[in-house]
Amino acid sequence: MATTTNVMPAGTKNAGRPPARARVRAGQSRRRRNALTAWLFALPFVLIFGVFMLGPLVSSFLMSFTDFTSRDIENPFAVGFVGLEQYAALFRNPQFLHSVLNTAYFVAAGIPLTTVLALALAVALNNGISRFRTAFRVGFYTPVVTSIVAVAVVWRFILQPDGLLNVILGWMGIAGPDWLNSTTWSMPALIMLAVWRNLGTLMIIFLAGLQAVPGDILEAAEVDGANAWQRFTRITLPMLRPTLLLGTVLLSVGFLQFFEEPFVMTKGGPLDSTLSVSYFTYNQFGFGKYGLASAASYVLFVAIALLSLLQFRALRSKD
Amino acid sequence: MTIPDTSAPLPATAAPVAPEPKSAPPARTEPKARRRSSRRAPARRTLTYAVLVVAVSATLLPFAWMFLGAFKTQGELLRRPITWWPEQPTLDNFLVWFNELHIGTFFLNSVVVAVFTVLGNLLFCSMVGYALAKMDFPGKRFLFLLVMVMLMVPGVVTFVPLFVMVSKLGLVSTYPALILPFLAAPMGVFLMRQFIMGIPDSLIEAARIDGAGELRTFLRIVMPLCGPPLATLGILTFLGSWNNFLWPLVVAQSEEMYTLPVALSLYSTGQNATDYGLLLAGSVLIITPIILLFVALQRYFIQGVAATGIK
Repeated sequence: MATTTNVMPAGTKNAGRPPARARVRAGQSRRRRNALTAWLFALPFVLIFGVFMLGPLVSSFLMSFTDFTSRDIENPFAVGFVGLEQYAALFRNPQFLHSVLNTAYFVAAGIPLTTVLALALAVALNNGISRFRTAFRVGFYTPVVTSIVAVAVVWRFILQPDGLLNVILGWMGIAGPDWLNSTTWSMPALIMLAVWRNLGTLMIIFLAGLQAVPGDILEAAEVDGANAWQRFTRITLPMLRPTLLLGTVLLSVGFLQFFEEPFVMTKGGPLDSTLSVSYFTYNQFGFGKYGLASAASYVLFVAIALLSLLQFRALRSKD
Repeated sequence: MTIPDTSAPLPATAAPVAPEPKSAPPARTEPKARRRSSRRAPARRTLTYAVLVVAVSATLLPFAWMFLGAFKTQGELLRRPITWWPEQPTLDNFLVWFNELHIGTFFLNSVVVAVFTVLGNLLFCSMVGYALAKMDFPGKRFLFLLVMVMLMVPGVVTFVPLFVMVSKLGLVSTYPALILPFLAAPMGVFLMRQFIMGIPDSLIEAARIDGAGELRTFLRIVMPLCGPPLATLGILTFLGSWNNFLWPLVVAQSEEMYTLPVALSLYSTGQNATDYGLLLAGSVLIITPIILLFVALQRYFIQGVAATGIK
C-alpha cells in the first residue's frame, strides 16, 4: 500500500485492519495490475476447470439437443439439431422411467435411514460414553475410506444365498433370501451397502455439529428439570439444524448419483431392478447414443439441483 | 454462500471489531459433555457401550471376513457350512497377485496417479483459493459461483464429452488422461478459500506494506499457515484418487496402465469371477495401504470431513 495517506494512529480501534478507504482511492492502473495478478493465481485452476469440467458440461448440454452418436466423433459438425426430441424420447423410454423409480426408491429409503442412524451414533458417541471415542469413530468411518471395488468383492461373497449374512440371520430363525438375484431384495441389499458406506461421513459431520452445541445451555435446561429427550428435541436438534441440512444435502447429491453400488454388485440387474439413472446414462453412453445419454444426465443434474434447493428451503424456513 | 465485500469502506465508528473467523476447527467442548454423562446412571452408559460395540462390530465384520477369506483355500471358501478361521492358512492367493498378475505395475500406476493428483490439488487449489479469499478482481464472484455449481454436477454429465475429448487427443491409456481431469477439484478450491479467508487481513497487509509481492506473500505468509487444510486436502485427494475406478476403467484400456481398482474390477468380472480367494486377497492388497494411512492420520481425515461440513 504505497499510496496510503490515511494511516491511523496506532491504538485506535481500527489498528490492524486494512486501510480500506485508502484502497478505494487506489489508482486505476494498480487495480488492473492487481486483477492481473489474481487471475494469474487462478490460471492453473481455470485452465483445468475450463477444459476438463466446464467445457464438457457445456458440450454435454449442447449434445443433448442433437442426435450425436459414437459414429459422429470423427465429424461432429454433421450431427443434426433435434431440439427437445432426446428429452421427449427419454420420458417415453420405459427403461429410463424404471431407473427413475429405482433411484427414487434408493434415495427415499437410504437418506432417512443413513441420517437417523448417523445421528443416533453421533449422539451416543458425544454424550453417551466417555472412553474409546476415537476407536469407535475410526471403526465407523473405515468403510468410507475403502475402495468400493474391494468392498464389493466381499459383500457379494457375504450376500450369497448360503453366505455369512444368511447364516447370521439363520441364528435368529430368519431364512434370508438370495439377495442379489431377487428383484425384491437386490435393492434393499444395495441400500444396506450404501448406508454402511456413508454412515461414517455423516456421523463425523453430526459429531462436529454436536460439539458446537453449548454445554451450559444444556446444563441450564437440566437444572430447570428438562429430561434427556426434552433436551435433545428442544435444544440439540434445533441448534443442529444447519448441520443436518448440510449433511442431508451432501448425502442427497451423492445418493441421487447412485451408480457404483449396482455397477460393482448387480450390473443393474436382476431385470433392471437396480438400474439407476446414472447407470442408465452410462449404458446409453456404452451403446454410443451420446445425445440421449447427455439428455438423461441433465435430467439428473436438474433433479439434484432441485432437491438441494428444496431441502435448503424446508430446513431454513423456521429460522 | 456470501463473498464478503472487502472493498467497502469501514464505518467511521468501527465500534466492536468483528471477531476474525476462526482459523482453527471449533474448540471441542468434550469435557463438558463428559461431565454430564458421568453423572448419569452407570447402567445406561453400559448399555450405550454395548450397543456401540455391537454396531461397530457389524460395521467391521465385512473387513474381518475379507481378511480371513484371503487366507483360505478355494475349497474351504466354497465349502458349506462356512468356516470362520482358515483351517489351513495359505498365502497362495497373494502369491498369484505377485507372481502372475503384475500387481507391482498396478500398484505403481495407482501411486503415480495419486501423487501427481495430490500435488496438483495442493498447489492449484491453494493458489486460486488465495485469490478468491484475499484479492479483488473482476469476475471473482462469477468464478466462485462456477466452483459452487460444479460441486453439484453429477459425474455422468461430463463423462461423455470428456471421453470424446480424451480419445480425440489420443490420450487413451496414458497417465495424463488419468491425472489431468482431477488435478484441481472444486471441493479443494472451496476448502482452501474458506480457510484462507480466516487468516487475518492484517498479516497479509503487513507483508504487502513491507514490500512483498503477491507471490512472496502467498509462499511465505499464507502457505505456512495452511498446514491443517493442506493436510486435509492432501489426504482426501489421495483417498479419492486411490479409490477412483470408473474413469480409470474407461480410459486405462491397456493392461500396463491399469490402476489397482481397475485390475480388481476387471478380474472380478472376467474368468476369475468365482476365484474368491484371489479376489479377496486383491481386496486386502488394495485396502491395506489406505487403512494403515487412515489409522495413522485419522485425526486429519476426521477434521477434514468435519471442516467441510461445518463451514
